[in-house]
Amino acid sequence: MTAPAVKVRDLVMRYGATTAVDGLSLTVETGTITAILGPNGAGKTTTMETCEGYRRPHSGTVRVLGLDPLAQHRELSPRVGVMLQSGGAWSAVRAEEMLRYVASLHASPLPFAPLVERLGLGSCGRTPYRRLSGGQQKRLGLAMAVVGRPELVILDEPTAGLDPQARRAAWDLIEQLAASGVTVLLTTHHMEEAERLAAFIYVVDRGRVVSSGSPAELTSSGARNTIRFRAAPGLDTASLAAALPAGCTAHEYAPGAYQVDGPVTPQTLATVTSWCAAQGVMPESLAVERHTLEDVFLQLTGRELRS
Amino acid sequence: MTSLDLSPAPGAQPLPHMVAAHALMETRLLLRNGEQLLLAIAIPLLLLVGGAEAGGLIDLGPGRRIDVLTPGVLALAVLSTSFTSLAIATAFERRYGVLKRLGASPLPRSGLLLGKVASLLVIEAVQLSLIAALALALGWRPSGGVYAVAAVGLLVTLGTSAFAALGLLMAGTLRAEATLAAANLVYVVLLAAGAVVVPLAKYPEWMQPVVAALPSGALAEGLREVTAGAPLGWQRLAVLACWSAGAAAVAVRTFRWE
Repeated sequence: MTAPAVKVRDLVMRYGATTAVDGLSLTVETGTITAILGPNGAGKTTTMETCEGYRRPHSGTVRVLGLDPLAQHRELSPRVGVMLQSGGAWSAVRAEEMLRYVASLHASPLPFAPLVERLGLGSCGRTPYRRLSGGQQKRLGLAMAVVGRPELVILDEPTAGLDPQARRAAWDLIEQLAASGVTVLLTTHHMEEAERLAAFIYVVDRGRVVSSGSPAELTSSGARNTIRFRAAPGLDTASLAAALPAGCTAHEYAPGAYQVDGPVTPQTLATVTSWCAAQGVMPESLAVERHTLEDVFLQLTGRELRS
Repeated sequence: MTSLDLSPAPGAQPLPHMVAAHALMETRLLLRNGEQLLLAIAIPLLLLVGGAEAGGLIDLGPGRRIDVLTPGVLALAVLSTSFTSLAIATAFERRYGVLKRLGASPLPRSGLLLGKVASLLVIEAVQLSLIAALALALGWRPSGGVYAVAAVGLLVTLGTSAFAALGLLMAGTLRAEATLAAANLVYVVLLAAGAVVVPLAKYPEWMQPVVAALPSGALAEGLREVTAGAPLGWQRLAVLACWSAGAAAVAVRTFRWE
């Protein structure tokens, strides 16, 4: 197995009295897409910027492609493509001109025309940066991150504010990057995006990793799924709970409406139906609800809005 | 859809190539900016014509008017490009995340600085050529020959270095809007009270040592002296070198990239 592309161990970052990152560890395997998912202010951007060599860790270690992002920045920078959350271009520079400029710093940049076409930047190529739409600025930022043919790209919210077509084009490009052997580390708020793109997801909140795994792992084993059914009211849910595998709960949330929560396996489902048979009741509208990544995310990070 | 090979092939261009690319980029952006062009070229040329024609308005002292005026206008052009334009442009690069984004590019910080200096020198070469050509057409007769040309080159280089260090010091510490205001204010104050256009000898006696110690005073006065055939005073060079070294030392410690 090759060494991981990014390795963060026990990272702590503080701004004055605020701790932005609080003992965070993560690993990005070479050639994969890894997503950092978390609410605003969770420490995602700070973590990425430490990997990009913008910030010095208060404690902990960060290695990118085996190098120290600060001490070995010169060696590292041509190998890593960076997309900032916003900005990064002169306000008067034309989109095409900016992309050509970044390309001119690299030894063997991507061919210009196909890249522009892929990201739909042709129609706004002569438009000054300040007059590009938010989506066009994002697409230019993505083009600037990949134009130098890097080994690793670090993308901070690459599709925030993109329309569905542009988002799809960005996803296709990101997937093709991984298929071509480029490692991708990205942050996102979009569950759909993380679920579709990432092989591995870190859910980050308040500067810590609160959960991690593949999308399937996060939504099945990590989460408490639900079985619902309707039957006669007033059944003995305590005996149902006793029959269920450990970790499951059962309750009647409305008269005649029952809910089983827990790790839902075929065994759990069989237990519910045989318990119903033993009670002589017919479970109607029986449904297994697999939690989405969004449910998992809200479970882990809380439902209240944060400023 | 045209196929696009995204497989990794990382690498940086050699430093001189990157510096040239950056210098070209900055020069193009400046030439596209109307306000900057006004400051860099239109104002000095207008001042030259206006000052040469409007005889009695400002007393420039003894000597032919155009011979006194031209070196001052040359100094003003250097001030506008290497201090005011540089400070404003760099402050907005900081504000818009350009410096941050370039920090992640293969262009090292030294390359960024070299690119900026190269761009300044290109713009100054254009400015100084235009001003000199117009001045000669208006009857400017510089003396001193080859020695004066070399002395002008040395003074302009040192002056650029002093003003650029001061400009970067300002751009790296103040907010963009504050830099915009302050850089223009300093330009106007030095134009009025920094011996740029009006020779040092015309200032009240008590002010003269102060004005001579300003980078604008040292540069303009030095240019007036050498183009009049006088030797290059070491005090002028010393003043410019001190401002350069002092401002650069502070800028290196205080410059914030974001």
